[in-house]
This record gives sequence, C-alpha cells and structure tokens, in this order.
Amino acid sequence: MASSAEMTQEENNWGGGSRPLGSRYGKLMMWFFLLSDALTFSGFLTAYGLMRFKFESTWPIAENVFTHFPGLEGDQPLLYVALMTFILIMSSVTMVLAVNAGEKMNRKAVTNWMLWTIVGGFIFVGSQAWEWYHFIIGDSGAVETVRQEILHIYNEEGERLSFSQVIHGMEEGHASNHGEMFTKAEVLSAMKSNEGMYLMEPGKAGEAFTHERSVALLEAGDVVQGANMIHNEYGQKQFANFFFFITGFHGFHVFSGVVINFIIFYNVLLGTYERRGHYRMVEKVGLYWHFVDLVWVFVFTFFYLV
Amino acid sequence: MITGVEVALGIVKPEFMLTPVIGTSILNIVFIVLTLIKAAYIVQIFMHVKFEKKGLKYALYLPTLILIPYLTFILLTEGSYLFQ
Repeated sequence: MASSAEMTQEENNWGGGSRPLGSRYGKLMMWFFLLSDALTFSGFLTAYGLMRFKFESTWPIAENVFTHFPGLEGDQPLLYVALMTFILIMSSVTMVLAVNAGEKMNRKAVTNWMLWTIVGGFIFVGSQAWEWYHFIIGDSGAVETVRQEILHIYNEEGERLSFSQVIHGMEEGHASNHGEMFTKAEVLSAMKSNEGMYLMEPGKAGEAFTHERSVALLEAGDVVQGANMIHNEYGQKQFANFFFFITGFHGFHVFSGVVINFIIFYNVLLGTYERRGHYRMVEKVGLYWHFVDLVWVFVFTFFYLV
Repeated sequence: MITGVEVALGIVKPEFMLTPVIGTSILNIVFIVLTLIKAAYIVQIFMHVKFEKKGLKYALYLPTLILIPYLTFILLTEGSYLFQ
C-alpha cells in the first residue's frame, strides 16, 4: 500500500501538480528572477567601487553633492536621501502588512496597505526625480582643465566658493548658483583680481594648487556647471555616469514596481483574488517590492555613505 | 515580526544622524556591516526566507553568497592593475 502511494507520488513529479521547495511556481520564478537581478546589481556596484578606487583623488564626496532639502536653504547633507530611504523602507513595511492581511483574506486591510505602499513608492520616485534635477542643474560650478580634470574654487580661508560667490561676493544667498550661468571670462577676471583664490581637487585626498597655477589652469581650461554624461562639476565624470545609470536602473525598478503594485491593487479592488480564493499575487509583487528596497539599501550605502 | 522590523528601523535612523559628523574608514566599515544587517533583515523577515524550506534557502543563498563576494574579490585584486 505504501509503495503504491510512493509510485503515484513519483508519477506526479513528472505529471505536474507537485510543489517543489514547498512553493508555487509563480513565487519560485519570482525568486529566481530576483536572484539574477541581484547579481546584475552587484555587477554594477562592484564596477562602481572599482572606478572609485581608481579615481580616489577626484571622486566627489557625496556629502558635498547631495545637500538640498525641499523648502530649506543651505547645506543639508544627505538629509533628504535619508528621508527617501526611510519612506521606501516604510513602504516595504506596509507591503508586509498587506501580504499578512492577504493571508487572512482580509480584503479591506489589503486594499488599505497596498494603497500606502503605492503612495510611498510614488514619493520615492518623485524624490529621485527631484534629486536628479538638482544634480543636473548643479550647485557651485567648477573649473575643467584641458586634461578634463575637475577643480573646485576655494578662498584663502579654505572655504569652497560657488561661481556666484566668486563673482557677486560672499553675501547670504550666493552659496549656490541657483541655476545662473556664468562665462569663463567672468570667473577668470574675478579670480585674477583676488589673490586668495585657488583651485583644489574635489576628492578626499585632493591636491591644492597655487593662485598663479590656478589662474593658468582656468585660462587654458573652461568652466562647467551641473552634471551630465560629458561634464560633471562635482568631480570625476564617471561618478555622474554611474550615478545616472545605477540610480536610474533602480529608479526604473521602483517605477515598474509602483505600476505592478497598482495593477494588483486594482485587482484587489475588483475582488479578483477574493474570487480566486487566495492573495498569492500580492505576495509575489510583495517580494519584488522588498527586493527594490533591498537594492536601495546597498545603493544608498555605497553612493551616499561610504 | 513587526517588532523585528521596528528594531531594524531603529538601527537605520541613528546611522543617518551620524553621517555628516565623522568620516573615518572605521565608520565606513560600520556602515557596510549595518547595511548587511539591514539586508539580512529584509531578506529574512520581509521576504519571508526564514520560513521557507531548506532547499529554497540554499537555492537563493548559495549563488548570491558565493558569486557576489567572488566578483568583489576579483575586481579588488585584479583592478589594481588597471592603467598600469
């Protein structure tokens, strides 16, 4: 009797209907997709680390790059991105609650928590767009030499100067260029007239130049403002390329996550899963959403903290 | 379970507060360790791996825990020969 039961089990393995690893196939496939995605992201991040070690002296320090907070003037290093991270983790928590409610077949609670998750995702994507905008517009401006090295302007007190401060003076409100564009001639004449100004590399162990050398470097070079794929006022241009690529790729994941979440949310509203008798779709998109959060934790550490 | 999540968040918050103050390499190690703890929390509890079958756990852990450190190691050692 027992052996015949084993036989049917054996046949079922090939005939379908059994569940390997105690999971249904949709969930398993989601896991294998996430596994491959994790390896992709690890490739990006290690490549980023490699380039960063290579260009340590000109690699921008994240604290000096991401200094804006909506509605606040002045230097707010990393505050906004920390808030973004917090919002994304909170949306992951609400997703856990949605999955839990789904297991209990509590449609109202699933609807509620899914909605909060979508709201959190939207805020995150919006914040990312806002941060890209500020990164592209630029902040202080920099000098690019003929050898395409980026140098920042400092005064004799060792304070970093924006173009606005170099030309309009040190009054309040000039710490950022606020999108105003300056020409090379303007910056050059202002630098020539002030003996105390000099140029320095942006990295953690950056080299400083004398005033005469700085003027000569600017004369031969040019001024750059903002960051794009060709120029990057914050330092090594690879930083901008990696920033756009990795946060862009992650942002695309978040965006598609929000879209998928919305589709599932809509199905919850329609009662599709109530009729189907289970909320396993919520669990699957939940896995994807947590993965997005997981990747962000690493991106956050290696781009903004370390 | 949710208390576990809250503990993880408790770790996350003070980390942000410390950031602008000090910038030593020890701090970087602390950041990386905290990140790994956070990641473990997300995978184990949020993504429910802790409660899955052994086979699935191995299927997920082995490739990531072998291949990612391997890639990192290769790039860190071989990368020093770039542009030489």
